[in-house]
Amino acid sequence: MAFSDDQAQAQLARRHMKARMFARFCAAITWAGVFLLAVLLIQISVDGFAWLDWQFIDSFPSRFPERAGIKSALVGTLWLIVMIAVISVPVGISAALYLEEFSGKGRIAKIIEVNIANLSGVPSIVYGILGLAIFVRFFAFERSLVSGALTMSLLVLPTIIIASREAIKTVPMSIRYAALSLGATRWQTTWSHVLPASFPGIMTGVILALSRAIGETAPLIMIGALTFVAFLPQSPWDEFTALPIQIFNWVSRPQPEFHQLAAAGIIVLLIVLLLMNATAIYIRSKTEQRLK
Amino acid sequence: MFDTSIHKSRKRWGEILIQVWLWMCAGLSLITTVAIIALLIVESLQFFSNVSPLEFFFGTRWVPMMQPQSFGVLPLLWGTMQITIGAAIIAIPLGLASAIYLSEYASDRMRAWLKPILELLAGIPTVVYGYFALTFVTPLLKIFIPNIQVFNALSGAIVVGIMILPTIATLSDNALRAVPVSLRQAAYALGATSYEVTTRVVVPAGLSGVIASFLLGISRAIGETMAVTIAAGQTPNLNFSMLESIQTITAYIVQVSLGDTPSGGVAYQTLFAVATLLFFITLLINVISQWILSRFREVYD
Repeated sequence: MAFSDDQAQAQLARRHMKARMFARFCAAITWAGVFLLAVLLIQISVDGFAWLDWQFIDSFPSRFPERAGIKSALVGTLWLIVMIAVISVPVGISAALYLEEFSGKGRIAKIIEVNIANLSGVPSIVYGILGLAIFVRFFAFERSLVSGALTMSLLVLPTIIIASREAIKTVPMSIRYAALSLGATRWQTTWSHVLPASFPGIMTGVILALSRAIGETAPLIMIGALTFVAFLPQSPWDEFTALPIQIFNWVSRPQPEFHQLAAAGIIVLLIVLLLMNATAIYIRSKTEQRLK
Repeated sequence: MFDTSIHKSRKRWGEILIQVWLWMCAGLSLITTVAIIALLIVESLQFFSNVSPLEFFFGTRWVPMMQPQSFGVLPLLWGTMQITIGAAIIAIPLGLASAIYLSEYASDRMRAWLKPILELLAGIPTVVYGYFALTFVTPLLKIFIPNIQVFNALSGAIVVGIMILPTIATLSDNALRAVPVSLRQAAYALGATSYEVTTRVVVPAGLSGVIASFLLGISRAIGETMAVTIAAGQTPNLNFSMLESIQTITAYIVQVSLGDTPSGGVAYQTLFAVATLLFFITLLINVISQWILSRFREVYD
């Protein structure tokens, strides 16, 4: 016998010890992530809360920190959310419907699928360069909200398509068979049955994709969103700024007052994101109840 | 004989139109890709008609704005690599450990709490991470390393690591959870401890998904822009020190687009040359990650 009983016992104890240590290590790492999130939020709150008042929301940017605000940035971001949604949601859902309901399993469908997966991995700043060359320069939309929204729409489309496809896939085939067997055409089946059944899932994905877009800074810098805008855009063709741009502008200044303004701006941005995410979660829980 | 009108379906032009619309929407993604590649290549060719590829790929000085100009991309590439390697060293082990905890050890209730928190961490805008690096991480590092510069590669790498950690953790978690319980039960039945089951059965079985998550995280780190622009500085250099200001490819692109670079000049064309480099590096990594997923995916029934 290679081992005596004692040795075997000792080895077993060691192995179990190792397993316990490993479990604790993994748990500690995960909780460190949570702790980090807490540190991040506390740090930003401590820096920014003092500056967060109505005057901050309702003022234009200024050279003087005590007079500066985020009115134009907040309004610009709200414009962007609406415009990106109007452009990217119909197109994204249509593309997903085509790929799931109409395309079959052909070569072109496969190519489009791989292509969308690759597009979702393209760095956002590359989309910014595309927007600069095509929308700002070639179509001469200048540094307008239209250029910004179109660029951001291209950026979020792959995410929206992928999320919508996942939602459409969860619709059981039996629903489609039932509609088709009653004489509905393919589009009638899709429009009246598949789409309503998958709509909550699609909306959840769409809202999460849009909230990603709202935090994006780099593409907007590329297409030349301004950092100092003391007016509100009156139409989609006007120049604009947005929350992340304004925050970036304040962070890049050396004075600590502006860093605190940036923190206050971040709080506003996070609140906007939180509201969007809460809507997504609300829609999800609402529909889960209905399905039960 | 028979009235066959019931078999003849009227052409439904409305539906055909709708199908054409749907097809166009799906095709838009192809147009986007073609537009990106065409734009980058056409503009890069213009750049390379002014600057030799030899100087671009092997030059060690990046001075595009001032005379005498020099267009060696290595300092920018090195800056990007410093950030990426640093971020990977932080995020890969920690992300995998979190994934193991989530899939192997955490109770369902705990998971239901932790996973949304990680997703929240992943959803925080990168400009916020930049702020965090500049106002929290760097001052913290300064306590331990007094001679660290205000803008430095280290704090950039740390926050980018924190940024990609949730991506790696949630994707690896998905991969590990796809490993069937029967494999774990078989290993436990042979007397393995939870550590042995995890490291020798579960992780190897889900390895293709785990590696794909690493690659996806790395590709995000390479393309990351705002955090490194804010935290790591604007000084292209080839030093090994992580304590000094550097410049990444993405930070250079931001720097150019913030300034008033006249369109058409060589300095403007550098934008497209470095963006092309960035695009193809991330594309290569993404393609490899997809290839690993499709080639090595273990399918269990």
